[in-house]
Amino acid sequence: MADVLAVVEQRDGKLRGVSREGVTAAVGLGEKLGGSVHALLLGPPGISQAASELGRFGAEKSLLGEADLLSDYHPHRYAVAVTEAVKSGGYEAVVFGATAQGKDLAPRVAAMLDVPLASDVTGYDVVDGTVTAVRPVFSGKAFATVAFSASPVLLSIRPNVFQAREREAPGTVEAFAPQGLDSGSQGVRIKEFQASGGESKDVAEASIVVTGGRGMKGPENWEVLEDLREALGSDAALGASRAVVDAGWRPHGEQVGQTGKTVAPKLYIALGISGAIQHLAGMRTAQTIVAVNKDASAPIFQVADYGIVGDVLEIVPRLAQEVRKLKAGD
Amino acid sequence: MNIVVCIKRTPDTETRIRLGEDGVSIDPSGVKFTMSPYDEFALEAALQLKESRGDGEVALLSLGGEKTQETLRQGLAMGADRAVLLQGDPGADGLATAKVLAAELKEMDASLILFGMKGADMDQQQVGPMAATILGLPCATAVSEFQVEGEIATCHREVEGGLEVLELDLPAVITMTKGKVEPRYASLKGIMAAKRKPLETKAAQGAETRLMVKELAYPPERPAGRIVGEGPDAVTELVRLLREEAKAL
Repeated sequence: MADVLAVVEQRDGKLRGVSREGVTAAVGLGEKLGGSVHALLLGPPGISQAASELGRFGAEKSLLGEADLLSDYHPHRYAVAVTEAVKSGGYEAVVFGATAQGKDLAPRVAAMLDVPLASDVTGYDVVDGTVTAVRPVFSGKAFATVAFSASPVLLSIRPNVFQAREREAPGTVEAFAPQGLDSGSQGVRIKEFQASGGESKDVAEASIVVTGGRGMKGPENWEVLEDLREALGSDAALGASRAVVDAGWRPHGEQVGQTGKTVAPKLYIALGISGAIQHLAGMRTAQTIVAVNKDASAPIFQVADYGIVGDVLEIVPRLAQEVRKLKAGD
Repeated sequence: MNIVVCIKRTPDTETRIRLGEDGVSIDPSGVKFTMSPYDEFALEAALQLKESRGDGEVALLSLGGEKTQETLRQGLAMGADRAVLLQGDPGADGLATAKVLAAELKEMDASLILFGMKGADMDQQQVGPMAATILGLPCATAVSEFQVEGEIATCHREVEGGLEVLELDLPAVITMTKGKVEPRYASLKGIMAAKRKPLETKAAQGAETRLMVKELAYPPERPAGRIVGEGPDAVTELVRLLREEAKAL
């Protein structure tokens, strides 16, 4: 058997974007390995709707683990459940999403299965039966191709890299009831979730990222960035440079670059950012990069596809206005 | 309370990476190596906890080559009490690294084990939770701050769209990301004192490596971009290009 399992993620009963990408990545790997693709969705009772959606992206069988004990993400219980599914299905490869949850869960599953894990993968191949994965290292300053000599192969994929693709035939949904779930806490108790406010997407997952740097001159000027983000729609998120986070203008959750997040959006708009090497490492795999900076010799212009030289505080409101005009015409 | 902080020697984040001739590693010449920045956050958290409680010790543990002694001395100069170097090569297989560290951690008998969230070289973000799983200890990852009261550590963990608050029963493993505290600089006094602090070196117990780097490459070159224009008047043309040429809007 050379089947592939995609471990997917839901929040409030809705599939997360990276889950569709994970199934698509698993389909590609399944084709190379000559096996079927299954998906595993864990969560509270009442999420079967999300599981039935997985078939549309290529999961021939979706394992649905609905249980009160799985309502919140509890690292130990989830790791036990996933490990059990992997063992009982005899999978050759397992694909996780490299989200906050996936990055927490996949290493635990790897340790339980006693196999290595390649994190934050941007590509893969199968050569003579050996799975290789490509992954950024040194914060994206280089890319390593790593080869596995263990089975099953565990990967977590970087969000926004694998484009989710629909396929026509829907798959089946099957109940999965992990036997090893323990109602004990295993020393870990989830207390609460504090939303950071706003409906905006996380910077690592958004398809458009608007990032402000020192050139924004002060935290009070973020209103104009927020306005541009709104104009760009619900797929856009705000990012911040390290200088801005260190100055306390913005929270660390928004930081792009080394010691922050690495992003790969469709469109990256860098506003008032000079382009320190650590920042460039965190965003250089974006599909299209726009930079606005008053200094024409700023390093950010070396990676930008399109640049405007000038005062961000004059240019950003105009950009928001033009984007709205464009969208109104759609 | 005894705390162990696991640290790694990695290139300074300012460093430009040049590939080595072997095709699987970087050229170390001219590269400044230092403590991985996430490990500095972990060490700072450990030192602050020890200072606020007024008891216990902070020990450092690292898997690395001989030069990792310099990095451990750097941590001792910041205020750690002692250090253990497991001489070996932390490669691409995070599980192999976790096994080596876990074997030593079992002997060190700490109430709290801290890691940086990830090493600033391989960026795998996996060794901490793997070691915790091997040791059967509760673990929280990507924690920006935590408090210890009695036998419980309350952790704030960064997730998409907010913060998750979770409690761990000690002994436990926490991996740290950037929080509100800045890692301290070593004082001259600290640097002098570090020279006399215990640094134990031993051979790492081998663990089989089953994930190997086959090739290391530079990121794909970006095609040369262009300056669309100057000032707000260039915005109309920019938006047109984003729509028609880049198809990004």
